[in-house]
Amino acid sequence: MPKIVVDGISYEVDAGNNLLEALLNLKRDLPYFCWHPSMGSIGACRQCAVIQYRDEDDDTGRIVMACMTPVSEGTIFSTDTDSAKEFRRDVIENMMINHPHDCPVCEEGGECHLQDMTVMTGHRNRTYSGPKNTFRNQYLGPFIDHEMNRCITCYRCVRYYSDYAGGVDLAAFASRNNTYFGRHQDGILESEFAGNLVEVCPTGVFTDKTLSEHYTRKWDLQSAPSICVGCGAGCNTSASERYGQLRRIHNRFNDQVNGYFLCDRGRFGAGFVNNEDRIPQAGIRDSEGKYDRVSAEEALSHVADQLANSSGKVVGIGSPRASLESNYLLKQIVGEGNFYSGVSSKEQELTNCIIDIMRDGSVKTPSLAEVEEADAVLVLGQDLTNTAPRLALAVRQSVRNRSKELAVQAQIPLWQDAAVRELAQDELSPLVLLTSYADRLEDVASLSCHASATDIARIGFAVANRLNDRFTAVDGLSETDQKTVEEVVEILKAADRPLIVSGTGSQSKSVIEAAANIAWALQADNEQTAIMLCVPECNSLGVGLLERENSNTLTDLLDSTDTISTAIVLENDLFRRASTQQITAFAAKLEQLVVIDSLDNATVSLSDVVLPAATFAETEGTLVNNEGRAQRSFAVFEGAGDIQGSWQWLTNLGKALSREGFAALERIDSVTAECERSNDLLSGITKVAPTADYRVEGMKIARMTHRASGRTAMRANINVHEPKQPVDQESALAYTMEGISGPRAPLSAYVWSPGWNSNQAVHKFQTETGGPLSHVNPGIRLIEPAGNGSPQERYREVPQPRAAGAGSLALIPRYHIFGSDEMSARSKAIAELAPSSYLAIAPETAQRLSVVSKDGVEFTIGNRTLQLEVVVDSSVDDGCALFPAGLADTLDLMHQAQVSLQKAAGWTPRTTTQDKLIAKE
Amino acid sequence: MSAAEQDLIQALSDEEIGEIEKEITHLNGRKSAAIDALKIVQKHRRYVSDESLQAVANLLGMSFAELDGIATFYNLIFRKPVGEKVILLCDSVSCWIMGGVDIREKIKSKLQIEMGETTPDDKYTLLPMSCLGDCDHAPAMIVGEDVYRDLTNERIDEIFDE
Amino acid sequence: METPLTNNIGPDKPFPDLAVYEQNGGYQTVRDTIGKRSPTDVQEAVSESRLRGRGGAGVSTGMKWGFVPMDNASPGHKYLVANADEMEPGAFKDRVLMEFDPHQLIEGMILSAYAIQADIGYIFIRSDYYLATARLKAAIAESRDKGYLGERILGTDYSFELHVHVSAGRYICGEETALLNSLEGKRANPRTKPPFPPISGLWGRPTIVNNVETLCCVPHIVQNGADWFRSLGRAEDAGTKLFGASGRVKNPGCWELPMGTPIREILEGSAGGMQDGYGLRGFLPGGGSTGFLTDEHLDLPMDYDAIMQVKSRLGTGTMIILDDRTCPIGMVENLVNFFARESCGFCTPCRDGLPWIEEILHKLETGQAEPEDMNILAQQAGFIDWWGSDSSSNGNTHCPLAPGAIEPLESARKYFADDFERHIRDKKCSYR
Ligand SMILES: Cc1cc2nc3c(=O)[nH]c(=O)nc-3n(C[C@H](O)[C@H](O)[C@H](O)COP(=O)(O)O)c2cc1C
Ligand code: SF4
Ligand code: FES
Repeated sequence: MPKIVVDGISYEVDAGNNLLEALLNLKRDLPYFCWHPSMGSIGACRQCAVIQYRDEDDDTGRIVMACMTPVSEGTIFSTDTDSAKEFRRDVIENMMINHPHDCPVCEEGGECHLQDMTVMTGHRNRTYSGPKNTFRNQYLGPFIDHEMNRCITCYRCVRYYSDYAGGVDLAAFASRNNTYFGRHQDGILESEFAGNLVEVCPTGVFTDKTLSEHYTRKWDLQSAPSICVGCGAGCNTSASERYGQLRRIHNRFNDQVNGYFLCDRGRFGAGFVNNEDRIPQAGIRDSEGKYDRVSAEEALSHVADQLANSSGKVVGIGSPRASLESNYLLKQIVGEGNFYSGVSSKEQELTNCIIDIMRDGSVKTPSLAEVEEADAVLVLGQDLTNTAPRLALAVRQSVRNRSKELAVQAQIPLWQDAAVRELAQDELSPLVLLTSYADRLEDVASLSCHASATDIARIGFAVANRLNDRFTAVDGLSETDQKTVEEVVEILKAADRPLIVSGTGSQSKSVIEAAANIAWALQADNEQTAIMLCVPECNSLGVGLLERENSNTLTDLLDSTDTISTAIVLENDLFRRASTQQITAFAAKLEQLVVIDSLDNATVSLSDVVLPAATFAETEGTLVNNEGRAQRSFAVFEGAGDIQGSWQWLTNLGKALSREGFAALERIDSVTAECERSNDLLSGITKVAPTADYRVEGMKIARMTHRASGRTAMRANINVHEPKQPVDQESALAYTMEGISGPRAPLSAYVWSPGWNSNQAVHKFQTETGGPLSHVNPGIRLIEPAGNGSPQERYREVPQPRAAGAGSLALIPRYHIFGSDEMSARSKAIAELAPSSYLAIAPETAQRLSVVSKDGVEFTIGNRTLQLEVVVDSSVDDGCALFPAGLADTLDLMHQAQVSLQKAAGWTPRTTTQDKLIAKE
Repeated sequence: MSAAEQDLIQALSDEEIGEIEKEITHLNGRKSAAIDALKIVQKHRRYVSDESLQAVANLLGMSFAELDGIATFYNLIFRKPVGEKVILLCDSVSCWIMGGVDIREKIKSKLQIEMGETTPDDKYTLLPMSCLGDCDHAPAMIVGEDVYRDLTNERIDEIFDE
Repeated sequence: METPLTNNIGPDKPFPDLAVYEQNGGYQTVRDTIGKRSPTDVQEAVSESRLRGRGGAGVSTGMKWGFVPMDNASPGHKYLVANADEMEPGAFKDRVLMEFDPHQLIEGMILSAYAIQADIGYIFIRSDYYLATARLKAAIAESRDKGYLGERILGTDYSFELHVHVSAGRYICGEETALLNSLEGKRANPRTKPPFPPISGLWGRPTIVNNVETLCCVPHIVQNGADWFRSLGRAEDAGTKLFGASGRVKNPGCWELPMGTPIREILEGSAGGMQDGYGLRGFLPGGGSTGFLTDEHLDLPMDYDAIMQVKSRLGTGTMIILDDRTCPIGMVENLVNFFARESCGFCTPCRDGLPWIEEILHKLETGQAEPEDMNILAQQAGFIDWWGSDSSSNGNTHCPLAPGAIEPLESARKYFADDFERHIRDKKCSYR
């Protein structure tokens, strides 16, 4: 570790760092703008200036940018001599000559990096008297507001949006003090990661439009550490509330998972918490079919009576979108044999297969941070951007490893971002996409091939066999597929850290098995091999682990011939899991359908009793992400009306029924502990976060900053006595502002540190920039491979090729980041971008059917005839038909393997265009 | 490539495409020809319209924004229509010393336009330009591709009366 | 007096097309060198000649070439680029060389490329040099036909392709790393240095960027030897140089003279002295980004270090003369306007600092300035600063554009302080 001297103090710092990072790691303050821990240095803003001295006798020194200066043994710097301070103050003053005086109405106000730096540099008095530049702002879609006049031209937005996230529709235009950052014309930003601009921009150019609708300053928000429920990636978020409404989602740094960035589903998809379809009160359906609003106690005793006096079986249906605790409790209430996992057998089978693969053999499942380290990635049958978006962003970073290698050879430090890019130009590490349709990683893929799930699996099996002939061979591959196999084999063999990615996206076990075979085959020669398998929902893997020994699925229940009188459904719209026909028939046979859920949906409409459940924002619980990482989410605020966490409803129900063990369940902590005790696979979940009695210096951790303004005045027009604030029994967090916050508070959802009101304060919470948070548990991985080499039981069942020309088309779900996910789709901003339903087919297929885009096609499923609009897409394999996953009118297609189409007679094209489609032709 | 994209490429003539493709052979990667391509389009069409820009972007495999970011960086890529001939009048130091301001006023009144404007007959667009490298014969200007040096009010009359 | 660079140029001399150029001894050096002398041999000759870059910074050409990796460790292209962007206010010397003797540049490029074993070359020329462009393209065609360029030059193993790239107009493209970005078809923001282009240049490959005039010197050095070249200089620096003068002198123009020629000889001799009725107030010795000197400096030799010592720069060697009937503040305003307009917009001091300076100079010129504005000028100048910067992108600014831009201002504040005072006191410009 080199020794450097800064302001006369000698420090040991990490070799290879730049001075700015080194100083921030030492927890020293130094202003900066254009540098970003994930994006490195470019030296544009000149804000991080310090003085470097040639040697001890040099007493003038020269200005250097800390972010551009490597720390090497014996270098001497000063941050606090007058010339350095003056220069940094001048930088701000010059940026300010065009900056508007709109801080009072600016959404960034109070958490603005520019404000912080202005104060830090001591620029106070404006001396500029000339006119200011003005720009025109653009409409950028439902997520982001644009106010170009606040721009300080640090280039962070384009570096993030284009260089980091691969977007192509945001650029720097013009030049000099007229440089403009935006789109070439008004329009929705195309990138699924555009929302990070809100946090990347150090001023208020890009702000959160959904927050602005009911704008609240950072310090007036009440926030808790949360886990995103948008997909299985488990990104850490900071969720914030005011006046009983969820106001915004911000990234919460976790070095192992999401780092500094979220996807837009995660950031803007939590609006469902405020949806007007929220169920605020318990209801019991009367004889006329109307719901009577009843108190929580009445509802509970009603349900308890029903259960106690039930004539037939009482079953519980769990849910992969509910917490481990809630699922566990429902299982305890109905009894092991009467608990059904809430997903179809198909999905359960896939999840089980994934858990098998994660546990067997020696192939490790990487964290997202480790995904970025892979030097070759093979994706099998999974549209990452639309099913596990944050993983797609991580894979996008992995392709840059080749350029990083080149930079290391050329002795260019990796933080020299522009220099590394200029050296490496278009050199990318290999990324192979074997998917059913073109997706958003195509632009960085070295090889991509679109085929049906069956063909993907066959190619995958063949790759494994070519890597290691102990794996089953595949007969009858086409010449092109054979060529693909050879290319993939070459790429994987050449890699040091190969990563295989797959998941449930193609709804095919064979695809997952093929992925595992490849990983295992590679592992024999390369211990660095990794595999990442995506699951669909925020707790799919958790429920999979919980239900591993006893796998009763929803399909089993629907097929069961037992007389079932009562079913309790936990946070699950069954219509998304099985066909309409099946669910309606099932519900009709029941005496009582009890639904615990947060939002009205088709299943709720069939219920006899509904219990209003909290969303993630109003309760706590443990979720397991697709890496097997258990993480705890906390309530941001108390639910309105009778809303409670599902686990609370169930605890109380258990108590009302005097179920064994329930009397001792006091708090969520005891539920979590019981849950852990019940299942070896869940061992560790109690250690994920501090328990409710945890204190820092005797204090709870505040959900609001201690600057929360006006709480005591909020109701002063009614009564000058401040009402008692809600008390949180369930966690170490305190509602509102009493308690501790800041770096030492492990559950703090805020990053704030003296002088650092913006999210940039995160470096004060990290052990080093980009490194782990110093007082926060990053979650606990529940699944590690057994470490016994390659598993004995390799997958041997190669699927048979699809019969060609058999008139029917293989149905393949196409996922949409905005629309396919149940809950986020019910957020206003997301709904705006959701596609309308369609069926996408290959040009050849279209020709056979004599249809063109915008025509209609017709087909029957069960006893229903459906019509859908056609999209002709050349990236679709002939013989396949893609439908949007998760949309109301295409839900039933999910349970169907094939369809036969014909041109729809009397079809009137929709007026809305399909241009919201994420993957455009 | 979709039909719509093909149509846009038709917004470029075969000749233009040929010239652009030729430039590409001298360079490393299609995107490297961005500036050359814009200049080729401009040579044929005086300026680069949105349609042409989109066509060039498609041809080179880049996005509209990326290419427009480049186009708007350079002084001599015109994104708005200009007249048959562009007058680039040097406004840099040597010409300024040698009476460039008077010449500017003379041209403005001669053509009855302000800086940045095009004559109603679409013949001339008048733009200021940084040092033209004719400082020893200041003031200087370029009209179309012809350089005019040692400008005086009389010369201006002669030139534009022709 | 020898004038190797302009031997073929003159009103009464025929235009040196290939035939004439060869008749005058042209391309003989190529014949004598390619495949006959080693690349290192050529590099050594240039190093020993003490040739310094004529693009403005005066970097030793031999030293710069020395950074190019010559082993075959990293196979791939290497590039040589002639910087013919010449947009510095007051500069027009490269145009003269290209318009009137294009083959000389081409021959210089062939030899220089050979010395660093570059296989592809570009001439990056500014858009407005239509005549030069046409003549260069024609000359390249002639030269290629004759086997001096292209595959296997003159039947040897060495190949060199040469292309002309016409810029789309931006002064910053003259900065060598911005030039490389522009050649790659990108926005011409300067690059981070280090790494310098000889290590990571065009498309990430080793690249040498040299000024046109620098490259034109090379054939003569290779032909006549380093000693000869050094002996051409009259003072410290080696060789001859194209010096120029514009403004109110009797005979503005461009002349090849020995390095180290005293300024007075150029101004009063070649340029014929001031026009009648005009006196000399000061001059920028090397283009718009160099500091003012005054009559007290007339006896200095035009040498890099000599001019540096009086806090100006030799720059391009093309002088701009300030006469006594022109307002020095107006002149500085014009220059700062140019630089502010041509700023690439990447770094703060240049992007926002120059327009502010321009604003204040405008206030001075229009009689609206207050005494405090002088403090702001001083503050802004200190903010952008030149002295103390080096060739890396890690000084006050990311590239030397802005520091160059304030050199005239800084020197004007020193030499013409009374003008500033008068503008503020009288609330008007007394030259109008
Ligand atoms: C703003 C700016 C503009 C420049 N313009 C030119 C130019 O037009 N021509 C040139 O040869 N060098 C120019 N230079 C210098 C080049 O960066 C580079 O130093 C030069 O081309 C190297 O050639 P040499 O070593 O032969 O002088 C410029 C530098 C800067 C900072
Ligand atoms: S000094 Fe900065 S803004 Fe100015 S031209 Fe150079 S890099 Fe661009
Ligand atoms: S942070 Fe160092 S120059 Fe911007």
